[in-house]
Amino acid sequence: MTDRNDLGTSPDEVQFRFRDDEVVDHGTVTVDACCDQTNATAVRIEPGDDARLLLPFLDRLALVEVNFPSFGDGRGYSAARILREAGYTGELRAVGDVLIDQLSHMRRCGFDAFAPDAPLDEADAERAFATWDNVYQSTVDGRRTIQELRHE
Amino acid sequence: MYKYDSYDQAMVDARVEEFRDQARRRLEGKLTEDQFKPLRLMNGLYLQLHAYMLRVAIPYGTLNSEQMTALANIADKYDRGYGHFTTRQNLQYNWIKLEDAADILADLAKVEMHAIQTSGNCIRNISSDHFAGAAHDELVDPRPYAELLRQWSSFHPEFTYLPRKFKICVIAAKKDRAAMRLHDIGIQIVEQDGEIGAAFYVGGGMGRTPMIAPMIRDFVPLDQLITYSEACLRVYNRYGRRDNKYKARIKILVHELGREEYTRQVEEEFAHMLGQGVEPPREELERLKPFFADPVFEDGTKTVDRADPDFALWVDRNTHRHKHDSYVSAVISLKPVAGIPGDATGDQMRVMAKLAKQYSFDELRIMHTQNVVLPHVKIADLHALWTQLDAADLGAPNMDTIEDMIACPGLDYCALANARSIPLAQRISEKFDTSGKTEKLGELKLKISGCINACGHHHAGHIGILGVDKKGKENYQLSLGGSEAEDVSLAKITGPGFDEDGVIEAVEKVTDVYLDKREGEERFLDTYRRIGMAPFKEALYD
Repeated sequence: MTDRNDLGTSPDEVQFRFRDDEVVDHGTVTVDACCDQTNATAVRIEPGDDARLLLPFLDRLALVEVNFPSFGDGRGYSAARILREAGYTGELRAVGDVLIDQLSHMRRCGFDAFAPDAPLDEADAERAFATWDNVYQSTVDGRRTIQELRHE
Repeated sequence: MYKYDSYDQAMVDARVEEFRDQARRRLEGKLTEDQFKPLRLMNGLYLQLHAYMLRVAIPYGTLNSEQMTALANIADKYDRGYGHFTTRQNLQYNWIKLEDAADILADLAKVEMHAIQTSGNCIRNISSDHFAGAAHDELVDPRPYAELLRQWSSFHPEFTYLPRKFKICVIAAKKDRAAMRLHDIGIQIVEQDGEIGAAFYVGGGMGRTPMIAPMIRDFVPLDQLITYSEACLRVYNRYGRRDNKYKARIKILVHELGREEYTRQVEEEFAHMLGQGVEPPREELERLKPFFADPVFEDGTKTVDRADPDFALWVDRNTHRHKHDSYVSAVISLKPVAGIPGDATGDQMRVMAKLAKQYSFDELRIMHTQNVVLPHVKIADLHALWTQLDAADLGAPNMDTIEDMIACPGLDYCALANARSIPLAQRISEKFDTSGKTEKLGELKLKISGCINACGHHHAGHIGILGVDKKGKENYQLSLGGSEAEDVSLAKITGPGFDEDGVIEAVEKVTDVYLDKREGEERFLDTYRRIGMAPFKEALYD
């Protein structure tokens, strides 16, 4: 039975992916549904969702999509980091209004797959991912910060 | 002061290149204006009424002569020969061409400056006490902590699309010279049982819903400063309102949740983050401190020759007690009688740069009151300094007087404004100067905003003026009793508004009430607090 919480197989085109494993195309459910269903392996987080509700289920999740209905709504960055901080290692996919100039920040917050609504220029995206040779903040991407490099 | 290393320089250079690329993609039509707008804003570029405005960051208000000179040169080359110092200790150019923006940013980068995060819904330039490192009454110099926060907040990946702009202030004296509790986060460096730490005040701000930040933690250990800030921001990023731009600042979140609940959430996030290793290594703070170490002060004359009354008045008004008794901090007023508050010409900037080099160890500060400070001036050099300032029309002896008003750019420049601020400021300054009343009134902080966004800090004025639009006409509301200092309070509106002539007359009337009712050494604010609104209302409306 399909209920309104079952979002079906993700229609998103994954344009950029920084993982070696198989692309996940499981049926994606809402956070509420994920908490109720014991077998869901792919979930989509909307901006108003509390990503921490997923923490008890991280082991069974292979894909978390974080939706950006509008690029100016930055809640998804916190959601992504929270999941990575909790040890989630599956695919973390940014979907929706994902644009060139958000890519480097999203990557730093733990996203490793990107499915923009409108395909992005490949060369512009490549440049965007490489914007920062070094970084000031310690996040979940494991990069050594400038402050750490200074005191090595 | 802080000097970039190759990492810092590379970050700023990378940002200049990124902006060039963004501008290119905008021109190629790959970015819509809606998509480009937040990007240009995060590089300080606004579209105003008549032209683009570029806002340059002056981290915690500290800059050197070379940087001030560069600002002067940009004013001459790309603007109309002047710049405007702001209440955020920054500088804005009001007549910029979009096509020059990337070149200006490149010119700024050559002197370790930028316009990064001077606008947009991100963490803005960190502000601080303009007498930091010089004041006699500070616990420590707050700027190493401000610099630590500057680096952390620059290009922060999680906090670049916040619900709304975010302003952080750091001070380290009991006296608040930076409006600390009217910031989104106000940090006060404090001492507790012999340990230095930070008190956190969160959820202050002006705008259309002014709030004084409540304290949420009285002591955060210094090796957890960034972690605690990060926790404050994360709770805001996740739960700050995004449905209504006017309710999106953190003050609304703290107010709606209540201080206790917001604090509980921050503490929970903080406990989690302590295990995430987000704090920079402790050695970094130790690396930063020497950049702000005292210059070598020399003993010398401790008094001035008061033979010249004009000079004596300027010394009394515009100098501040220094931690070394042979020095003072000297305030250069950008409020000449009938001038535009905060404006300086390129030539004046060069004069200030030269004098800073000559008399103040190559250092200048910008005040939130839109003036400039030479932080370390030998008392023995004061007369020579004043003489040169006066010759450049920079010697107005009016710090903290009614003539030293804050005024936003208002309807003369700003697309948001409902009314003009500048002409009002000019007329009031001229009126009080001509009548000689300025001196009688002593400390009286007048603050003028041209709309409810309150860039002119009218909520925090001893006397505040707010410009509104009343059926297509400029109208001004008067308020009394605000303060941005350690005795922070929000001004209360007197009653119905006035037209331009009327509000000037109203300011005159309330100052007359004060002169009539004051006791002893009371300031206007003290008298207002003692006698309340009624006598002022009576004078205004009966």
